[in-house]
Amino acid sequence: MSRILTVIRQPLVVALVLIAALLYLGQALSPGFASGGQVLRLLIVASLLGIVAAGQNVVILGGREGIDLSVGGVVSLSAIIAGNVMNGADSGIVPAILACLAAGAFFGLLNGLGVTLLRIPPLVMTLGMLGVLQGLLVVIRMGIPSGRAAPGLSSFVTQPLVGGIPGIIWLWIAIGLIMAFMLHRTVFGHRIYAIGSNEHAAYMAGVPVRVMRIALFIISGMFAAVAGLCLLGYSGSSFANVGEQYTLPSIIAVVFGGTSLAGGRGGYTGTMAGAILLVILQSILTTVNIDESGRQMVFGATLLLLMMFYGRGRAMRA
Amino acid sequence: MAEITITPRARAGGIRKLLERYPFLPALLIVVGLLLLNGVFSPNSLSYRSLTGLLSTYMALILLAIAQTYVVYAGDIDLSAGSILSLVNVAIVVLMERWGGGGGAVLLALALGLLLGLACGLLNGIVVAALRLQAIVATFATSIFFTGFALYILPVAGTPAPALFWRTYGGRLLGVPFAFYILAALTAVLLVLSRTRLVTQLLAVGDDQQAAYQTGLPVVPIRIKGYLLCGLFSALAAFCITGDTASGDPLVGGKMTLYSVAAVVLGGSALSGGWGTVVGSALGALTIGLINSVVFFMGTPSEWQNFVQGFAILVVLMAGVLAGRRARA
Repeated sequence: MSRILTVIRQPLVVALVLIAALLYLGQALSPGFASGGQVLRLLIVASLLGIVAAGQNVVILGGREGIDLSVGGVVSLSAIIAGNVMNGADSGIVPAILACLAAGAFFGLLNGLGVTLLRIPPLVMTLGMLGVLQGLLVVIRMGIPSGRAAPGLSSFVTQPLVGGIPGIIWLWIAIGLIMAFMLHRTVFGHRIYAIGSNEHAAYMAGVPVRVMRIALFIISGMFAAVAGLCLLGYSGSSFANVGEQYTLPSIIAVVFGGTSLAGGRGGYTGTMAGAILLVILQSILTTVNIDESGRQMVFGATLLLLMMFYGRGRAMRA
Repeated sequence: MAEITITPRARAGGIRKLLERYPFLPALLIVVGLLLLNGVFSPNSLSYRSLTGLLSTYMALILLAIAQTYVVYAGDIDLSAGSILSLVNVAIVVLMERWGGGGGAVLLALALGLLLGLACGLLNGIVVAALRLQAIVATFATSIFFTGFALYILPVAGTPAPALFWRTYGGRLLGVPFAFYILAALTAVLLVLSRTRLVTQLLAVGDDQQAAYQTGLPVVPIRIKGYLLCGLFSALAAFCITGDTASGDPLVGGKMTLYSVAAVVLGGSALSGGWGTVVGSALGALTIGLINSVVFFMGTPSEWQNFVQGFAILVVLMAGVLAGRRARA
């Protein structure tokens, strides 16, 4: 019995059950909601959030109040850079990918340096970086026209690639596998958990804590950049602050996936389920015919309710 | 934390002692420096009139930063402060309009606005402290809820506030600008609050929650009280923004939440809790306002203004963190 309880309590199981329940609810509210095509569309949207959340996840796992509030800014920046580099031509895809990854890595590096060398709390550092990025977006948008996605990129994101499933979903699955391998089968992954659960002990055991932490922020920036690139492919052209809507939801996806904000505990598989859960919830609310105000109130209340299932803090004990 | 107790206080240098006594000094220096810079680029900006204008424009952010400070004291954070501000803003504007905009209507609406702010704070306190949800995500969820509620009350921005209200806010009373009365009242309230046990208790909880609990402090009620204070000051901030913009806008506070957090950090408070001053946060809010103004008066090309602002805020944020740490160490 107790073993069954442990399985049921697992965040991943909770998320999967909730996903199934929400799909059922959606189907009941508007028939066709859980149809194949519709589910694929949901998964595309979820993969964008999920890719951002991958970076957020490693930063949070690394502990010491790790959090990256600048991901939204990097997503927007990457979408603009990609749009301008490829400018509607397939030949520009590879340079665009390289440029976006470099930009994401650069801002991740800055975050990491501020957090490690100056010991600025991650929340403050990345919040400040978000302001810089938003300013940079204004400068770029004034200077050059917003670019267009290359047809190759658009079809990668929106059209079936292999087995009737769009390339971006395959990409997301690959990221999921790589993340699982990295977190559980490599020294790097084990070190993330080590610095996340006890930084001092990890340092004493010879883990290069600073380098690790900088690397985590670089990874976060690069994942955000990849998401920005895919977002451009999804929407066709980049517009102002498209990435803003990813910052806090990426954190919520991580929490719904069962990763503790205190660091050191959790994984990416749950986060993927968390991202899907969040997107389905939003989608159901848009199919239901209520005002924007009612939608937001229900969304906020549901988020609170769902959080009751996940990683609540421990009660104080003497 | 262990190092702090080992460091002998007597050996601390003069600057450190000063910082320890007045942790908001760096923020004050930055504010004075920015004021001077403002004066260099636009001498007119140091006039009595412009300074009063600056104060009444940024009073809302000052109050919101103070609101944020009380939860940060206890090591919590409130990402819904800005949406509480929006909610109270639209609620009082709509109530004032519905009740005719007379003196009685205004006062009654303000009283209800305070209650609304307290109710929002109570909800935050319950979900974070009593239900033990993680503060960052839980208050983000409540912020979505509050924004939805604000949109329900007033779907589009634009309902004007009664003239009586904003004329009073922007005007003068007995020859003195109204903003100064607010400042005086605020100073008095903060002084009284700083003498209460609650602030000490919030700081104790923020410094070491477990230790506070073991000394017998009711940790959960204390944290809830912190959120109540936050809701209360967010409502006051809403009054100021209503006086400044003279209208209701369901999304007015959205961008202000992160600024309020930045202002708290600028003021030298520790986001991890247990250390900080409200004066520092108020100065931090002024710093953000003054940076915007300096960047404008410097003649920065308009497309570069946001970038320069963002960069300057990042730099002073770092300065705030480093100075705060020096004061504590």
